[in-house]
Amino acid sequence: MAIFDRLKTAFGAAAMLALCGPAYALEGQPAPWQLGFQPAASPIMHQIESFHTYVTIIITLIALFVLGLLVYVMARFNEKRNPEPSRTTHNTALEIAWTVLPVLILVAIAIPSFRLLFAQYDFPKADLTITATGSQWYWTYEYPDHGITFDSIMVPEADLKEGQPRLLTVDREVVVPVNKNVIVGVKANDVIHDWAVPAFGVKLDAVPGRLQTTWFRAEREGIFYGQCSELCGRNHAFMPIAVRVVSEAEFADWLAKTKASAAGNDASKMARW
Amino acid sequence: MAHSAHAEAAYHDEHPSFVRRWLFSTNHKDIGTLYLILAMIGGIVGGLLSMGMRAELMEPGMQIFGNPEMFNVFVTAHGLIMVFFMVMPATMGGFGNWMVPLMIGAPDMAFPRLNNISFWLVAAAFTLLITSLFVPGPPGTNGVGGGWTMYAPLSTKGTPGPAVDFAILALHLAGASSILGAINFITTIFNMRAPGMTLHKMPLFVWSVLVTAFLLLLSLPVLAGAITMLLTDRNFGTAFFDSAHGGDPLLWQHLFWFFGHPEVYILIIPGFGMVSQIVSTFSRKPVFGYLGMAYAMVAIGVIGFVVWAHHMYAAGINVNTQAYFVFATMVIAVPTGVKIFSWIATMWGGSLSFRAPMLWALGFIFLFTIGGVTGVVLANAGVDRSMHDTYYVVAHFHYVLSLGAVFSIFGAWYYWSPKMTGYMYSEPLAKVHFWLMFIGANLAFFPQHFLGLAGMPRRYADYPDAFAGWNFVSSIGSYMAFAGFLVFLFGIAQMFARKVPAGANPWGAGATTLEWTLPSPPPVHSYETLPRIK
Repeated sequence: MAIFDRLKTAFGAAAMLALCGPAYALEGQPAPWQLGFQPAASPIMHQIESFHTYVTIIITLIALFVLGLLVYVMARFNEKRNPEPSRTTHNTALEIAWTVLPVLILVAIAIPSFRLLFAQYDFPKADLTITATGSQWYWTYEYPDHGITFDSIMVPEADLKEGQPRLLTVDREVVVPVNKNVIVGVKANDVIHDWAVPAFGVKLDAVPGRLQTTWFRAEREGIFYGQCSELCGRNHAFMPIAVRVVSEAEFADWLAKTKASAAGNDASKMARW
Repeated sequence: MAHSAHAEAAYHDEHPSFVRRWLFSTNHKDIGTLYLILAMIGGIVGGLLSMGMRAELMEPGMQIFGNPEMFNVFVTAHGLIMVFFMVMPATMGGFGNWMVPLMIGAPDMAFPRLNNISFWLVAAAFTLLITSLFVPGPPGTNGVGGGWTMYAPLSTKGTPGPAVDFAILALHLAGASSILGAINFITTIFNMRAPGMTLHKMPLFVWSVLVTAFLLLLSLPVLAGAITMLLTDRNFGTAFFDSAHGGDPLLWQHLFWFFGHPEVYILIIPGFGMVSQIVSTFSRKPVFGYLGMAYAMVAIGVIGFVVWAHHMYAAGINVNTQAYFVFATMVIAVPTGVKIFSWIATMWGGSLSFRAPMLWALGFIFLFTIGGVTGVVLANAGVDRSMHDTYYVVAHFHYVLSLGAVFSIFGAWYYWSPKMTGYMYSEPLAKVHFWLMFIGANLAFFPQHFLGLAGMPRRYADYPDAFAGWNFVSSIGSYMAFAGFLVFLFGIAQMFARKVPAGANPWGAGATTLEWTLPSPPPVHSYETLPRIK
């Protein structure tokens, strides 16, 4: 049975993942049988992660509490053990308690929640500004201060090189320096798209007619992937986002080369004319 | 003479021709039955669409759908059908029509012919929506692929074909039907209660229908306006949602969700009512904290109107606006918590019997709790940044709807079908149905939390290979749940084949509401004389 084989490999992989732990996870992309967030690679994502852990603990306790009550009620008050039902229908103290306690829990959630929300909108001074423009179905990146513009298109499965993840790899990644504040302007040409990179905790709709901004500060070098996160038509699943984070020196190098080749392109165009 | 003419009329009334009984029906019970049949057809179609989606997502790569746009069409149709042509016809149209007059001791609904129009409008709307699947929509494909949310400009400039117009008109008819139905329910409940049946003595299911009717009445006109603007944007050169000509795509989102959020409470609040009836019956105890339960539904309904933009945290709305919507959304957890704890307190000290309806109600309470607490997580804009439009959201709303609303509908079916048909269902089959669906749906939707946290976006026809594992598990679970649904259909056939008489009250002392005082099935005219409530 193919299904059982699949399940066997599945559980094998899960066991392996559990043994190897985070080391198994690749940077900047999802890992098989992953249970939580991708490893955080920006200060905001660290904050999101710790807030999420905190809230998940609370909601797990609440769900287990409700489950425990249900199991107790089913065991203790079934018709065999309790043939004569009570007629209790009110208990004011209890009713006040289960109204006030949830309020307190919500306050305990709300305080760090607002701190996180306002941190996300606390834009730092920009070290680099880029824009990402969504079109059906690719992203265009622009470095307005450096005169660089290019399209970033998904690499089809047949053209992938060894180790490149399917549906995430693009022909030209957007390149940013590590540990620098990058302001991203997000725009759209046709319909709404959404520029998202899970490891940075960034997700913002690209809305036609609007220029909206978000920001991130990548903590590590590497390639960080994301995917379009607002339904945009036929190839919605096939317009990934790939951010290559490099050292400052490499970034300067890349800028120079890209500018030169862009200039070269312009020159060749000029020559043709 | 006069007397015999009257008797003759009554006689004819009880044996009308098929056409008069089912096409021109003005009897709330027959209309309720029609609604339930429509909901079942909706459930079959919507369920098959989800099977297509899960089959595609079982493995990475494209297997079933040659064209990813067709997958989007399935996603859209699944959502629209399950919301408008399965859950709403089942809860309000079906059980609401059947049980509200019986439970308040009314002879029928206030406006019987309006009731008939409401049903046939839904039937026409369903036909239009199904038609939309077979007319051109997005370039090169049939159907609507923009999601049930139909965000502009994908639903305007992005979808040139007339499929969206069909869907818009389908929603117009379904919306008009619901508005008329809501007027009917409100009038009936306010004016036709039997002597002694004060508002504060009404069964909680009637309360839930009343609250839902107000939500329908207030939210659907907004949808009607919004989709009319969408229609004129598409066909008559207006630019309400077109930023290039002074409109705003976010205006659509605000209008849609101003309807859309109350809509999700429209789907679940009747379920609250059904679960309250079931829990009370099978605990042989009155509902604990009756007034708190009733007004918790009112509170959920009211707050439900002021939280819509929590669906739009990633749309780029102002941070202070987001902060307000975080706060308002979290407030809803309080009345919801009151309901959960009151159900448990109803069972506390009770004498529980675990008949099929009770299993569904217990399943509802726990799974709705899970869906509720993940809702509290999503309410926080800061962390929703990472979850918006991922499978975490899909998992959340299927826990509250697919495992919440649907479980309440199945519970209500097993609870009231003996009353409606006069026949008893098969308890073993009902339990097989429950366990297949309980395990299957959990297997289908719980792993989707993991997928969402790992970053898998929703409405994706294909996904990076790393997501393969949990998607495989999810698909297996969904097949299992669908197998449960087939057992449900088989159970209905078997119930009508075996014809085991149910009797007026199969549930015993716990079933205290008025419908159990009538024979099963109730006569065409339910009450010869109005019951008096002490």
